[in-house]
Amino acid sequence: MATQHSRSAARLMMAPAVFLLLVWMLVPLSLTLIFSFKKFLPLRGDQIESGWDWVTFFPSLDWVGFANYSRFVTSSSFWPAVSTTLLIVGGVLIITVCLGILLAILLDQPMWGQGVVRILVIAPFFVMPTVSALVWKNMFLDPNNGLFSHLWRAFGAEPISFLSEAAMPSIILIVSWQWLPFATLILLTAIQSLDSEQLEAAEMDGAPVLKRFWFIVLPHLSRAITIVILIQTIFLLAIFAEIFVTTGGAFGTRTLSYLIFQRVLESQNVGLGSAGGVYAIILANIVALLLMRVVGKNLDA
Amino acid sequence: MARSVTTRRKMINTALAWGIGLLIFFPILWTILTSFKTEAQAIANPPIFLNFDWTLENYAVVQERSDYMKFLWNSVIIAGGSTILGIIIAVPAAWSMAFVPSKATKDILLWMLSTKMLPAVGVLYPIYLLFVELGLLDSRAGLVIVMMLINLPIIVWMLYTYFKEIPGEILEAARMDGAELKEEILYVLTPMAVPGIASTILLNFILAWNEAFWTLNLTAVDAAPLTAFIASYSSPEGLFYAKLSAASTMAIAPILILGWFSQKQLVRGLTFGAVK
Repeated sequence: MATQHSRSAARLMMAPAVFLLLVWMLVPLSLTLIFSFKKFLPLRGDQIESGWDWVTFFPSLDWVGFANYSRFVTSSSFWPAVSTTLLIVGGVLIITVCLGILLAILLDQPMWGQGVVRILVIAPFFVMPTVSALVWKNMFLDPNNGLFSHLWRAFGAEPISFLSEAAMPSIILIVSWQWLPFATLILLTAIQSLDSEQLEAAEMDGAPVLKRFWFIVLPHLSRAITIVILIQTIFLLAIFAEIFVTTGGAFGTRTLSYLIFQRVLESQNVGLGSAGGVYAIILANIVALLLMRVVGKNLDA
Repeated sequence: MARSVTTRRKMINTALAWGIGLLIFFPILWTILTSFKTEAQAIANPPIFLNFDWTLENYAVVQERSDYMKFLWNSVIIAGGSTILGIIIAVPAAWSMAFVPSKATKDILLWMLSTKMLPAVGVLYPIYLLFVELGLLDSRAGLVIVMMLINLPIIVWMLYTYFKEIPGEILEAARMDGAELKEEILYVLTPMAVPGIASTILLNFILAWNEAFWTLNLTAVDAAPLTAFIASYSSPEGLFYAKLSAASTMAIAPILILGWFSQKQLVRGLTFGAVK
């Protein structure tokens, strides 16, 4: 169908996008890789020059081999950061996927004002992360005037400083609130493509609700659930503003990406942070590969 | 009999769904309500829901004290500029991949997707350094470029899935009639692709508006958009709930409205066409 002429034209049309993304990917990535093998402490006088330095692998910085890599994983903040990351990602995934499935099924039922309810449920996804973090932090979780504290007092309990004494549950609550809409919306879209005749037939055959859910609805949703889990994992591994605004990484809420951010920009140990960055990139790539296989399958169809 | 059962079920569904929906929406509703209260009423215990003295004062104060309009304008420029730039670059690419596919098309698409998965924090310092080097730190131009690049894969993907749905026969017919490539794109393809392009613009504007990693790390004063402005509202200003609420409401209102129009596209865009 395509002529030689249109083929080369097509390549030309693709070129800008491919070129830009290639540069965007390769330049910062190679810089991170180089820095990760260097001693680079800008605050202690390690400087790089403009121009030639950039293409000659920064001769003014000393090579240190894998020192940064081993230091990053042996530092006392590494394993806590790993477990914090896993806890946030895992906790939010469990909450959003389970509630998302239930909500999607509920929203798929006949009711009045379905469109409005859907809008209400989806809304949190459109709230910018800094706003949701700050609103939750001050107006809900503040120990003096937050709504949760009022609620606690109404039940006769003494309100706690949620974001310091129960920092992880608080962060998981905030992030789950932001991502529940995403899970719900995608699962709802998937549910709506379910053949209702199949369900009705099963209902007529006397299959109880739970069995219908387990043997018909859940298998139908499995692909959508996989996609929700993979996409959310990629975004959740990278959450930043929610922690930056609320706890600043204190009280056991320092995730891997926040730790890297602190190493790089706050304590300005660029080599160490870059080694951490390489770990994060490898981790994200493992998840991305899984996602790509699911999405890639869809391309052939 | 059967009918009354379904009506009852429908009522239960409705009550349950509305209850949960309002619960999920409550933080937003509460923020909007609080923005119209006085500071004293905003922290009152027991909380006041509706019977307060509605005032617009907070909005005026927020604008007056912090030049809110400047941040809003930065958000509009960054989100709008990056989206338009992204569309200009992505339309030809998506067009060629959808209509003149080659063996490499699938790999290129997946590779583009993989650039989106790069954790931002892993390349934070290089980008920061490049920005310093090129004098782009705290500039709107710099953020437009970064935002365009991080959203380009999604833009290409969304456009690709939309273009894929345009029947190829129409293009062939136009080609038979002797249409040049340029004419083909301008008169045949574009009108059919407009809805898809519009949805793509909408979703990417939303994503760029809410982006809060690069905007927080690469801006200071001049180019700071609303995400950074709100982040600066942490204590002590954040304890003035009414003002915090007014600032927040203004920051999220445009996107809430746009977002409600883009529900369907959201699914397609964020799952890279894997769920439609």
